[in-house]
Amino acid sequence: MTIHPTSPQFKENAHAALGDRELQRALGHVRQAFIAKRAAAAEALPEFEALRDSARDIKAHTLKHLDLYIEAWEEKVTAAGGHVHFARDAEEARKAVLDICRRVGARTVTKGKSMISEEIGLNAAIEAAGLVPVETDLGEYIVQLRGEVPSHIIAPAVHLTRDQVEADFRRHHVHLDADRDISTHHSLQAEARGILRERFLAADVGITGANFLVAETGTSVIVTNEGNGDLTQLLPRVHVVLASIEKLVPTLEDVGQLLRVLARSATGQEMSVYTTLSTGPRRPEDPDGPDEYHVVLIDNGRSSMLGTSFEEMLRCIRCGACMNHCPVYHSVGGHAYGWIYPGPMGAVLTPALIGVETAGHLPNASTFCGRCESVCPVRIPLPKLMRHWREREFERHLQPATVRSGLTFWGWFATRPKLYRAATGLAMRALHVAGGARGRFASLPFAKGWTDFRDMPAPQGGTFQSQWKAKRGRPGTAA
Amino acid sequence: MDGRAAASRKPLRRDVRVGLFVTCLVDLFRPSVGFAAVKLLQDAGCIVEVPTQTCCGQPAYNSGDRATTATIAAQVIDAFAGFEHVVAPSGSCAAMIKRHYPELFADDPEMLRRAEELAARTHELVSFLADVMGVERVDAAFDGTVTYHDGCSGLRELGVRDQPRRLLGTVRGLDLVESANTDVCCGFGGTFAVKYGELSNSIVERKVGTVVGSGARTLVAGDLGCLMNIAGKLSRMGSHVEVRHVAEILAGDTEAAPIGSPTR
Ligand code: SF4
Repeated sequence: MTIHPTSPQFKENAHAALGDRELQRALGHVRQAFIAKRAAAAEALPEFEALRDSARDIKAHTLKHLDLYIEAWEEKVTAAGGHVHFARDAEEARKAVLDICRRVGARTVTKGKSMISEEIGLNAAIEAAGLVPVETDLGEYIVQLRGEVPSHIIAPAVHLTRDQVEADFRRHHVHLDADRDISTHHSLQAEARGILRERFLAADVGITGANFLVAETGTSVIVTNEGNGDLTQLLPRVHVVLASIEKLVPTLEDVGQLLRVLARSATGQEMSVYTTLSTGPRRPEDPDGPDEYHVVLIDNGRSSMLGTSFEEMLRCIRCGACMNHCPVYHSVGGHAYGWIYPGPMGAVLTPALIGVETAGHLPNASTFCGRCESVCPVRIPLPKLMRHWREREFERHLQPATVRSGLTFWGWFATRPKLYRAATGLAMRALHVAGGARGRFASLPFAKGWTDFRDMPAPQGGTFQSQWKAKRGRPGTAA
Repeated sequence: MDGRAAASRKPLRRDVRVGLFVTCLVDLFRPSVGFAAVKLLQDAGCIVEVPTQTCCGQPAYNSGDRATTATIAAQVIDAFAGFEHVVAPSGSCAAMIKRHYPELFADDPEMLRRAEELAARTHELVSFLADVMGVERVDAAFDGTVTYHDGCSGLRELGVRDQPRRLLGTVRGLDLVESANTDVCCGFGGTFAVKYGELSNSIVERKVGTVVGSGARTLVAGDLGCLMNIAGKLSRMGSHVEVRHVAEILAGDTEAAPIGSPTR
């Protein structure tokens, strides 16, 4: 029931995205706003680079001892009166959530923003069980109305323009005055807030994700900017937290460290507007809170990344900086990636979760420009990990035969310097002559991917090595 | 401390033996960049040699073929043994040797030692001139406004940013202007440009937009891959912005036609 990946059609998806004018208009915002804000936030904090080191170290340390931290955390959750449900895969996770909903006789389920919920296809399962899932994050709400998945991990509806959202609201909120003015961001927000308020009050179960799970205290932590997470988890009788295993951190002190890089990297804020810590259900002396507190701890393929080079990917704190800075994401947006996680983090994580046979395009569709790694708050070497996927593909002969034979042909020459020098000398002379006086080619049959869109500069004629040899006698001699 | 800093800026030695790693693109497409690099190195006091070579191995490395890459890397390690420094007119190829060769030999202590030893004495051309040879100005002239594009590897893997701008600033008659987003990729990415041509095109479209927007008449960069991509897009668009490798400008060696331009 999880979403069917279209990652094998990445090229077609990308083609469609490049021709989608509304999408391109919306992406203009990503190319500008996030980047300048992050840069300013990083600039304003002298210890930012040192904080990135410690953020990396905290996560790396936790992953090395993940079993111990999970055990300690579970003990604390239970001691606080909460319940932990371990789910090996998406199906077990969905079942755990639905069992809770059925047991308490739930009808309406509100949801805070959670990417793992998308990953396990929870909304469809909730609907299939006859319940109503309501996304309460504004972006998620819009995406749910449209029957889409988020196109960005922190800004789910970033692929849409305001005009599109207005049209969606008019289509869905038919009980409201047709002549109302919802032409501004503010009025759209106000309308969503009004509608969601009723749902918050009606909900029997509230589901949130977690940014962190704290082993020391059994606490789950969420950060939001809209406050919807608090209403989702405080008002219903039952609070269910969905979290994947890599959300564990040892202490509250560690959370403090990680929060200092999270919002700065994500939106350039010093802190998100709301940071909410939940430990167990409501205690007798608490003024509010849920009667039941559950955590569904989900593996879904992650434990098999532990101990491999992809373990580093599990440090990810889902800030979105890598996609905000990615030239490929800037071109095509998130949906082209064809599953749940877009951008550079998706290009590494998706093959691990759904298989490189299905998601092989993603780690290949990168220029390795390294801008993602340069902003990642936990210093994940994303290009290196994408290259590791390419190595796996190469080992398993998953690349197209033409690519492989081209590479073999080139490699054969490149490992035979003398032959290479002779062959390239001839080839470049021929290409130079073919290029003629224009100095470029408008079309080359073996490089159509290039010449369909731009000219190929022609070689000057003769290689450097042959000219150097002619000038200096033989190659390898001093100037 | 002052004395040492001054010494590192102006080495008195005129016998620094440098092996030029010319890079396959310069070797095949634009030998004039190689000769410009030789001139700059010689002017800075280096004795330049060019051992027989092919490529740094990036096409294989980035296609996931580690075995072929390691064979090529071993070849480069052998060919450049014994030079005091190894210099490449490319941030991308220099970074391949400096940052990635050691990764290839993690399981082979002897080769790892040799790869690290080569990495330590390998440099991108312009940063080598400025940081190692202490070159503060060049003796060259170029008439017109120029904008500099930061190649990704040079910028992010080697920290090449200020050195080329500083030296370009000493070229007589040259007016250096900044484009927007010079740190953003041009969309080349080696085989990416052919395998994902349409995507690559949309990235280079944004790049040339910033280049044209800068008002510069000439675009320069330190990597021929980026330059061929940007030049190819500019000429397809019918733009008159000319494209050259930074070494050509710094060496005052602009006899060859700009990249992708008609021979004159
Ligand atoms: S990979 Fe790094 S930059 Fe990307 S979302 Fe994760 S933490 Fe943020």
